[in-house]
Amino acid sequence: MKRLSNSFLICIALLLAACAQAPKAPLGDELVVVLPGHDGKVGGVIVRRDGAEQVLDQPYAAARIVDEGKPQAAQLNASTVNDAFASALAALPGKPATFLVYFLEGKDELTAVSNAELNNMFTEIKRRPEPDLMVIGHTDNVGSDAYNDKLSLARAERMKELLMGLGIPDSRIQIAGRGKRESLVPTQDNVSEPRNRRVEISVR
Amino acid sequence: MRNPAVFAITSVLCLLMAPATAMAGEAGQIKVAKGSAFVQRGGQQLSASAGMKVQTADVLVTGADGSIGVTFLDNSLVSTGPNSVFAIDSYAFDSTTHRGTFDGSLKKGTLAAVSGKMVKQAPESMRIRTPASILGVRGTEFVVRVDDPPSQRSPGK
Repeated sequence: MKRLSNSFLICIALLLAACAQAPKAPLGDELVVVLPGHDGKVGGVIVRRDGAEQVLDQPYAAARIVDEGKPQAAQLNASTVNDAFASALAALPGKPATFLVYFLEGKDELTAVSNAELNNMFTEIKRRPEPDLMVIGHTDNVGSDAYNDKLSLARAERMKELLMGLGIPDSRIQIAGRGKRESLVPTQDNVSEPRNRRVEISVR
Repeated sequence: MRNPAVFAITSVLCLLMAPATAMAGEAGQIKVAKGSAFVQRGGQQLSASAGMKVQTADVLVTGADGSIGVTFLDNSLVSTGPNSVFAIDSYAFDSTTHRGTFDGSLKKGTLAAVSGKMVKQAPESMRIRTPASILGVRGTEFVVRVDDPPSQRSPGK
């Protein structure tokens, strides 16, 4: 028994030696700042270190860790943060977004209103480098499933052609037709509803 | 190691304590790559470019003029500034339930991030480690800077 516990201790020591990291070099200072989101909300970040905890939940609230101490609260402002993090902030990809366009009843032709809004949408899409697009066609509840599946896909294909016309390669655009399965405005069957005759374009 | 059982237990313990090798799958895509920008993957250093997919265990590395921006599957956005090292320790996202985990480490440099769908579903499912701290992300946008250790700082700094 004695021998077993000895060898066990030796093994534990070996284990610790094998798994332990090299002696710690001093760490650099750290800074964490929360920014106001695009919707104005600040969700917050919790900074934890050695049992100490600091909640950052106001715009430009910051935590500094200096000389490996506990996180210290600080309040910064927009210009300081924008300067200090200019390169990283400039490299943030555009936020994924979703656009809706509407179609004429029973057709794969855009409504006049949607047609007029296309340019704005295209400008927004072009703002995102190397975009990945998901284009999903929908219909209202008039007609059979088979008819609407086909129509919804035709609408998505029409939209894809327009997007390819912008120079977005085929390989970056996925399309699908959802028929009448996902009404934006729920209706009884066979109800004509312009808001359901749409294509959703998600860009990321 | 005279006792085989003890040796076996020790070996298992050692294995358990070793970093888990996560399954490789797409975590996101590089959308912005400027200056000297690289992805370290399994001992290789790949030149980062827009459109390139990133996965668990990748490390994003930038030089003095570099920056990288990534859009992750749950719409989390992460970018690094110059002289930065950011490791994607593990990333998983279920697009049906919006549950997932995002563990990353900023070893040095600067990072900007916007949380995505998984944090909306479960606060603190995104965690960023730095050499000195752990950040639990409850939402929206934040920036992090990790300075070089004192011994590596240039004399003038």
